[in-house]
Amino acid sequence: MNNSSHTAATVYVPRDSAARSVGADEVAGALQRAATRGDFAIDVVRNGSRGMLWLEPMVEVVTPQGRVGYGPVTAEDVDGLLAAGLLDGADHPLRLGLVDELPWLARQTRVTFARVGVTDPLSTRDYVEHGGLAGLRAALDMTPADVVAEVTESGLRGRGGAGFPAGIKWNTVLGCADELKFVCCNADEGDSGTFADRMVMEGDPFLLIEGMTIASHAVGASEGYLYIRSEYPDAIATMREAIEIAREHGWLGKGILGSALDFDLHVRVGAGAYICGEETSMLESLEGKRGTVRAKPPIPAIEGLFGKPTVVNNVLTLTTVPVVLAKGAKAYQDLGVGRSRGTQVFQLGGNIARGGIVETAFGITLRELVEDYGGGTRTGRPLRTAQVGGPLGAYLPTSMFDLPMDYEAFAEAGAMLGHGGIVVFDDSVDMAAQARFAMEFCAEESCGKCTPCRVGSVRGVEVIDKIVAGTHRDENLALLEDLCDLMTDGSLCAMGGLTPMPVRSALTHFPDDFLGGRRLLDIQPVQASRPIQPVQVSQPVQASGVRTEGTA
Amino acid sequence: MTISGSDMSVESVVRRVVADHRDQRGALLPVLHAVQAELGHVPQEAIPVLADELNLSRADVHGVVTFYHDFRREPAGRTTVRICRAEACQALGADRLVSYARESGLTLGETSADGSVTVEQVFCLGNCALGPAVEANGRLYGRVGPARLGSLLNGTPNETLDGTVSA
Repeated sequence: MNNSSHTAATVYVPRDSAARSVGADEVAGALQRAATRGDFAIDVVRNGSRGMLWLEPMVEVVTPQGRVGYGPVTAEDVDGLLAAGLLDGADHPLRLGLVDELPWLARQTRVTFARVGVTDPLSTRDYVEHGGLAGLRAALDMTPADVVAEVTESGLRGRGGAGFPAGIKWNTVLGCADELKFVCCNADEGDSGTFADRMVMEGDPFLLIEGMTIASHAVGASEGYLYIRSEYPDAIATMREAIEIAREHGWLGKGILGSALDFDLHVRVGAGAYICGEETSMLESLEGKRGTVRAKPPIPAIEGLFGKPTVVNNVLTLTTVPVVLAKGAKAYQDLGVGRSRGTQVFQLGGNIARGGIVETAFGITLRELVEDYGGGTRTGRPLRTAQVGGPLGAYLPTSMFDLPMDYEAFAEAGAMLGHGGIVVFDDSVDMAAQARFAMEFCAEESCGKCTPCRVGSVRGVEVIDKIVAGTHRDENLALLEDLCDLMTDGSLCAMGGLTPMPVRSALTHFPDDFLGGRRLLDIQPVQASRPIQPVQVSQPVQASGVRTEGTA
Repeated sequence: MTISGSDMSVESVVRRVVADHRDQRGALLPVLHAVQAELGHVPQEAIPVLADELNLSRADVHGVVTFYHDFRREPAGRTTVRICRAEACQALGADRLVSYARESGLTLGETSADGSVTVEQVFCLGNCALGPAVEANGRLYGRVGPARLGSLLNGTPNETLDGTVSA
């Protein structure tokens, strides 16, 4: 029944914070207790998450056929699972099958996320056995200029949202003559609907270290800073531990891997300011100042951290670099469409049945992601909209779900692909409330440096309230249009400049919601078992602890 | 952490923390995090000491302390609960949790009168596929309904209410 007679069975339980948020530690603890009691021989390994987050905690057991998955598992399930023959991959209602063959995963092209969920994130042996360091070794055999050329050739674009070609940025830094240069990784992943940076830091931290080290070689930088938001304590702890291990192994420090390269890396923790995801605010924050936006030019590549030439890239950009160097620019470039080359890591979140990480070539449609991968809404109600690209991205109606996911196609449709975060809403969403929230969020998180953003967002909330209340509606709609123009053209950075995008998309695609608000009580529940209260930011909160939402 | 004994004054803590970070570039944020980790908040008395140690104006230090949401000017309650109110959690009824907290007599951003709990809003905890998300005393919880939130606010997070987490 069990294989306790021979060597211990290897059982993977994710240490990813999303998996922990639904009980992975308790599951690992229950397995550990069974092993301690001597009932079963189990070697529990804490891996990253495979990104099938609706199945978390997902337990995998190593069998001769491959890794067999079970999920979602609770601590209470563990004894029953063990008795049923978990360690031999035996049948059970929670058995999912061979993990690598699960269609959700098998259809993807995992490039950046190839190791996440597969390995023990802090095992250097796992890392090297699964292809780690190949990119850095290749880079160290090349001149800096050749590394930059390779990255440029690959077509890799910044994954943080703006999509600026990474190689061009690097080339500017390489061309600066300064003695002191920096590589900064922006891990201030503050946008709702994005969690890929967090997952790769928690699930494959050496990859980010390798990517930053390649960048340092390419541009001639000796010092690196990794700015992680404080809301990610697990990612901070994992990266700090990985950096220590990397130093011990000569992967960081002086003479990296026996080469002439000296590079060291420091983790800096943010302090709860959304705006510090904007690169110049992040640099101010790293310098110990208020996270206010700098005017550009000068660009950070020429005058960045402490006035020195600085590469600033997002986590996913830097974690893709080792793959480009290991496999060659051509292999990466062969993936994708148009000027959007390679893969994108889409993140499915919000009201979605099967949320998680979908890494695939650019060009997939939003409908394929939301319906085929995502399985529609979690509540079972009809889909109404998806917000793509974070809080500053557009709300798209289902009629536009056939749009291919590439930077240019989205820009043409008045939307932005951004970092590939997709937040799904069902038909109970009040789009006037979402538009209002976009302005409210901007007012809350604006750094305050420029007037269009600081004051415009406050006025935006007021004007939307008037429109919904029916006060001089036409005049106020015109005023809102004007305000959106002003914020778009007059703001110093993308915070104020893009806040009009969700507002305008809500107005364009869902105008009826602004006619006095939606008749919330008209919406009938589809599934009585899982009712969800409509978002009603602009309206009085239902004063009742009883679930009465969605019913008349 | 509470301060006990005369030698553990705010000033001595701040000077020691600054000394520990002396070799770091632009060290003010790491210093403030460390001060808050030791004292539970960044007290007003810390500001002139920081200004003196780091050769900054008091206005500069004050500006930084007040710019960032993380730095507290007052100690928090024994339990700190942060409710995510960003879009992905909104789509799954995060506002229901906010209403629940309000109906329990708590105000977002404030500490209860008995000092037991501080409840705050936060915009995104990076758990967008398993919302609504709540963080309690540094630990992340997913798929949180009002019942689970209630046990978190009471400081009894391991109460099994929906079967997802047990002791």
